[in-house]
Amino acid sequence: MNKEMTYEAVMARRGEIMKQAVGIDYSVFEYGKIAFDYERMMRETGYSLQEMQVIQGDTGVGNTPLLELKNLTALARKLAPEGKGARIFIKDEASNPSGSFKARRAANAVYHAKKLGYKGVIAATSGNYGAAVASQAAMRGLKCIIIQECYDSTGKGQPEIIEKARKCEAYGAEVVQLTVGPELFYTFLKLLEETGYFNASLYTPFGIAGVETLGYELAMQFRERVGKDPDVVVCTNAGGGNLTGTARGLIKAGANEVKIVGASVNLKGLHMASDGDFNKKSFTTGHTGFGIPFSTWPDRSDVPRSAARPLRYMDRYVLVNQGEVFYMTEALAQLEGLERGPAGNTSLAVAFSLAQEMDQDQIIVVQETEYTGAGKHIQPQLSFAKENGIEVKFGNPEEEIQGENIILPSHPSLIKAREIDINQLRSSYIKNCITQNNLKEITEADLDFLIKDGNTTEEFALKILEGLNVKITK
Amino acid sequence: MKINKGAWVRIHDIVLTPQERATNLPDDTKKVPLEMWVKGFLMEDATIGEKVEIETITGRKVEGTLLEANPYYDHDFGKFVPEILEIGLQLRKILWVGENHE
Repeated sequence: MNKEMTYEAVMARRGEIMKQAVGIDYSVFEYGKIAFDYERMMRETGYSLQEMQVIQGDTGVGNTPLLELKNLTALARKLAPEGKGARIFIKDEASNPSGSFKARRAANAVYHAKKLGYKGVIAATSGNYGAAVASQAAMRGLKCIIIQECYDSTGKGQPEIIEKARKCEAYGAEVVQLTVGPELFYTFLKLLEETGYFNASLYTPFGIAGVETLGYELAMQFRERVGKDPDVVVCTNAGGGNLTGTARGLIKAGANEVKIVGASVNLKGLHMASDGDFNKKSFTTGHTGFGIPFSTWPDRSDVPRSAARPLRYMDRYVLVNQGEVFYMTEALAQLEGLERGPAGNTSLAVAFSLAQEMDQDQIIVVQETEYTGAGKHIQPQLSFAKENGIEVKFGNPEEEIQGENIILPSHPSLIKAREIDINQLRSSYIKNCITQNNLKEITEADLDFLIKDGNTTEEFALKILEGLNVKITK
Repeated sequence: MKINKGAWVRIHDIVLTPQERATNLPDDTKKVPLEMWVKGFLMEDATIGEKVEIETITGRKVEGTLLEANPYYDHDFGKFVPEILEIGLQLRKILWVGENHE
């Protein structure tokens, strides 16, 4: 029987294809009109921390070094008010087999695929996750296909994404490269249907739980080394999985007092699905184009219920501009002797700024680094920006206009983490839950869910719902 | 140019024409097709520009227009960006000022 392969027909089979390809029936966790039991889903479909440590340990993932950035701390103290300037640490996740923390997510996903008897894995990602899945698939003897959004309509590719394609191929994966557009998802569904492979989604419970080991390790490493938990952990935030998993791991270690800060590169005004904007971006991940939509509507991913729920765990959400992240990438190389990929240093730029608000006996942690190489490095990324008509200059990064220029701070004191009103995000989240589901009324159980998932109060949630004319029923 | 069967090649295909694309796209994206590039072993002798079938590294059969044989990566570290030099010099000056590092 020949199935219809048009865009509409394949998208209409989405639910059925997904169920086959993830092996999770999400409907068993759902109740009310919008609610689902997040913790039960994580418990019943994920792995315990101990199991994950074994799974990841088997493939050399995790237990990455925790490095103190003494020179960057000293620099921050020179710029900070008297007595301020927290100690800055970095978790060197680039030491994982595939060169980023994504190995933790991939280790679980690929292990799970093998356990369920799938012959291969597919992931839709232009980021480090592709290489992570390919690396794990190589270790476990599974086939691997990675689908990337890589080129604009003139055939010009983002150097950072091309490098990631190379890395996937190096691990024996097939790479399918596409031009710009959300219909990447259509190609993804077609491939899942054609191959019967496992959907190694970034957003399954096992993928997200894979990052819990990172948070747990952080707590253990700090207790061993300085005898206490860190005060602030900064997570680069895109799809929300990094932040969610890290925060959950810290909680599992009993490090409940740690403040979690989400950090994204500001790409304001650049449309994620725009062909023309594609190569005007100097960051392909860790930016607001993912960070904001995924925080305010997590269930937009390639699984029905995303296990990444960043609003649940985020205490603050701050932005930095592209020029600031590039500057800090160079600072990390020049002052700490660590050459790492720019996107992972988003949280470093934030930590450098926030450290200056904190006392000297406090600790702030950058919880990841990523590998660097051709295409994926300050030099080619700035060079590419110039080729695409972006002006690169020194000045006040505050004045950066995304898509027009990149302003490298003329002095490190100009690097500033800019706060996003988190209540604004909570409000958008609640609105999205209502409008995306076309609801006029919700149940009390739904209200409880919104309060938990949005990490907010009943009063706040009710006020938003009232504004939307939504009734609460028993 | 003729390419022999079994050569490692790169093909191109149109996944969706502008008319077949999703409806909720920005105007610039709506105007252009969704294109795809895949690599694999050429199934039959062919010339560049012809419709061909390939077998990818995972064993899938994919059809498309033959672009090139022996595709290789040419992404690099880009052209020299003089601004980068200044960052290190400035940082070292601020951090180590007054200390004997000359």
